Amino acid sequence: MSIQVQSDSEVLSNKPEIIVNGAVIRFAGDSGDGVQLTGQRFTSAVALAGNDIATLPDFPSEIRAPAGTLYGVSGFQLQFASKDVFTPGDSLDVLVALNAAALQTNLMDLKHGGLLVIDTGALGTTQLKKAGYSTSPLDDGSLSGYQVAAIDISALTRKAVTPVGLSTKEAGRCKNFWTLGLVLSVYDRSLESTLNFIAEQFKKRPQFAEANAIALKSGYAYGIASELFHQRYRIAAAPRSPGLYRNIDGNTALSYGLIAGAVCAGRPLVLGAYPITPASAILQELSQHRHLGVTAIQAEDEIAAACLALGAAYAGAIGACCTSGPGMALKTEAIGLAVATELPMVIVDVQRAGPSTGLPTKPEQSDLYLAVHGRNGEAPVCVLAPATPSECFTLAYEAVRIAVRHMTPVILLSDSYLAHGAEPWLIPDACQLPKIEAAPLPPVEQFSPMLRDDVTLARPWAAPGVPGYEHRIGGLEKDYDTGQISTQPQNHERMVRTRAEKIARIAEDVAECRIEAGATQGKLLVIGWGSTYGAIREAVEHTHRDGAAVGHLHLRTLCPFPRGLQSTMSKFEKVLVPELNSGQLAHLLRAQFCLNIRSFTKIQGKPFRIDELEERILAELEVYS
Amino acid sequence: MTMVVESARLTQRDFASSDDVRWCPGCGDYGILSSVLKVMPELGISKERIVWVSGIGCSSRFPYYVNTYGFHSIHGRAPAVALGIKAANPELCVWIATGDGDGLSIGGNHLMHCFRRNLDVKILLFNNRIYGLTKGQYSPTSELGKQTHSSPFGSADRPLDPVRFALGCGATFVARSFDTAGPHLVDVLRRAAQHRGTAFVEILQNCHVFNDAAFEEITNKAGAGSRQLRVEHGKPLIYGDSKNLGLALDGSALKLTKVENVATNGGASAVLAHDETNPILAQLLASLPAPDYPMPFGVLYATLQPTYEDQLRHLNSQAKQKALGGLEALMKSGQVWQVPTA
Repeated sequence: MSIQVQSDSEVLSNKPEIIVNGAVIRFAGDSGDGVQLTGQRFTSAVALAGNDIATLPDFPSEIRAPAGTLYGVSGFQLQFASKDVFTPGDSLDVLVALNAAALQTNLMDLKHGGLLVIDTGALGTTQLKKAGYSTSPLDDGSLSGYQVAAIDISALTRKAVTPVGLSTKEAGRCKNFWTLGLVLSVYDRSLESTLNFIAEQFKKRPQFAEANAIALKSGYAYGIASELFHQRYRIAAAPRSPGLYRNIDGNTALSYGLIAGAVCAGRPLVLGAYPITPASAILQELSQHRHLGVTAIQAEDEIAAACLALGAAYAGAIGACCTSGPGMALKTEAIGLAVATELPMVIVDVQRAGPSTGLPTKPEQSDLYLAVHGRNGEAPVCVLAPATPSECFTLAYEAVRIAVRHMTPVILLSDSYLAHGAEPWLIPDACQLPKIEAAPLPPVEQFSPMLRDDVTLARPWAAPGVPGYEHRIGGLEKDYDTGQISTQPQNHERMVRTRAEKIARIAEDVAECRIEAGATQGKLLVIGWGSTYGAIREAVEHTHRDGAAVGHLHLRTLCPFPRGLQSTMSKFEKVLVPELNSGQLAHLLRAQFCLNIRSFTKIQGKPFRIDELEERILAELEVYS
Repeated sequence: MTMVVESARLTQRDFASSDDVRWCPGCGDYGILSSVLKVMPELGISKERIVWVSGIGCSSRFPYYVNTYGFHSIHGRAPAVALGIKAANPELCVWIATGDGDGLSIGGNHLMHCFRRNLDVKILLFNNRIYGLTKGQYSPTSELGKQTHSSPFGSADRPLDPVRFALGCGATFVARSFDTAGPHLVDVLRRAAQHRGTAFVEILQNCHVFNDAAFEEITNKAGAGSRQLRVEHGKPLIYGDSKNLGLALDGSALKLTKVENVATNGGASAVLAHDETNPILAQLLASLPAPDYPMPFGVLYATLQPTYEDQLRHLNSQAKQKALGGLEALMKSGQVWQVPTA
């Protein structure tokens, strides 16, 4: 095969280049195949080239499931494009299947005519049998609807890295970089960032650095030389606001947001956490930044994690904890104490499919009731939910701000889709982030722990160490004026109503709700919250473009509901609420606004597909026609 | 600290809060409160730097009655709350009031982890061998077969010994006294206050409403000499009304044995001297079988180990030496790219 040098490009290929708007690729293989790393590196390479991206890692809860099993398949999907993308995509343009089980479990998502890259070296009889194939899919015609690139990636990788002198097993481990090189060549992307990554990542093991770099380059060369790939695809950079960008996933963005909040409040950040999927990455991230005043403590249990965060808040720090559903259940009583003592605290729930242990690595939005109502007694808190990975930064900062300004616990509802999903982030100017200030302490002679701010109803945050403000506080009901223990009936009712009013007034301090996309009035308003943002937005834009009066409103503040919600809903004939649960937001909206809210739900541990939302939107509209 | 001079003038009265004390008249808690209020002004720490933290139970009402900062938290969780307080501000002086149910049942896990971390807090566990605030159910220190409202046929649970639990968890200071011990309790509290690290004091406390006279045989002045062993570092382990009983080590059986008629059997040299730095001796003392042997009171074990706060300071200074940059550098870390102005 001849390779020509093109004069107008660094590309060493004679293949025709096709300009496309975007592509959806999924890498799938055994959980030990390094699929997540391949996906992340590919994401990085296309992001650096200016494409917009959205990613979706999908891995099993087993750490090292038995090799070749269907339940041990790990996947990483991304959509990249020359325009804004909001989801990792519905169906695949390219599927890279690194073993038989990955082929079996992922083929149904590949578009008709899509490109299928298979490692034939992992399609032995045993592997096929384990994946449930009685005949080889290569021979039985079952792949006839696709462009098939059947390559013995395992053997080619081992051969390529032979000069490095690794063991056969070690050499085989380089196959993810070989594959990455191949796909980078198909999409005409530079190897540079990946080579830098390899050099950095394996700097203490130069042999592995060399082998992986060789594998990457030989995969790339294979892609250029092989006749299996008839053309190369070029995807232009997406138009973007000017500024400095990086890729960020939800858990990292959320961690940075908490730090930013604490830095802007001029207070230390104390995180209490107990390891739990998919929130552990926040604990791990925050453990690295002691120099920024962050103390991350791995507590003995979920309860201790919440209690230490609250203790830290009592002592004047920004107290935070991060967990997922089962941990939220355990933190309930401590959050109630934060409500009763009116202390600022941020509780992060990276939701996963439940009940109980449920599907620990799969997303669901089923902790909304728990966040809004899940405590004994009348215990209202503020509940926020970011819509995208990068918004996890904004809302974590906002959670700190609201907690401090309104002296209340704030629950931040992320989910495993946001936690692991990544997108380009326009890095905000750290110096321009507004300061976060608690209300000043009243003069000593006027002080009572329950002396409230006229506007927010927040009580003063008098932390130990400040002379003259010594006081006792706890979970017992307090006198409205003095803050002393009180069992007086009218006082209790007044306190309950005041705490509720304090949360209600947060609506005055957060942005009014607005239409994200589509019509501002008309037939159907689609209201979403959390990680379903991208799919809803695309579905609404598509149907709106086709002429339907459909609008998209996405809630970031779930308690209290933002201003303008009722008036926006009243501008539409119908309201549809899609969510990944059995209809929890729809229920809350119906209860508060007494409207006939339509609910569309999915509870499969998977995000919405754009097409299923479009279908439902059209069905709702059809009733009118 | 800068407040020391001023705080030296504080008196017991400065530390008594204006709240009405709501324990039952005659409760052992009054004696503990009065001993604590004697010790507080001696610490040389100003009021605003002291925090009393508690969980739930009669003992946990304690913070309301001390005029410092106070946090009455939820059942069993005081050590976890205290951990957060100390992580936020390691300079604070934190005391925890807990009970046998709060500290050893619902909160046993937090107590264990507090001990192993050696958090610099003082823990007073009021042991009355009963649930008082919930009106009389058996507790983790209630004796086997104890009849209570929730165990009308007798409890099937064997009791836990708070001192042995603390020693087993690696506590660095373990002591015992009782509610009516007066100067002894004050001395023990003073020692606890001086300890760097988790100081654990079990205080036998009488609940005369639901478990009256639980410790009567031990704490009653009549016969106290033979039932109480007052241990002091470096002093011989001698007890008895006429100080004629002592303890010696039976090395072959790895236990303490009784020495009768100490005066005629070799005097103080025939008995073992208390060494509060010896964890094995502390376990042997805490394990003396009743009623043949006395119950030890005083500081059973005290050792100086790095505190949790020391570890945090060390980790923080290490992190700062690395000089990793500020918030802005963090946000711009990893691979970044510039989109130019069009």
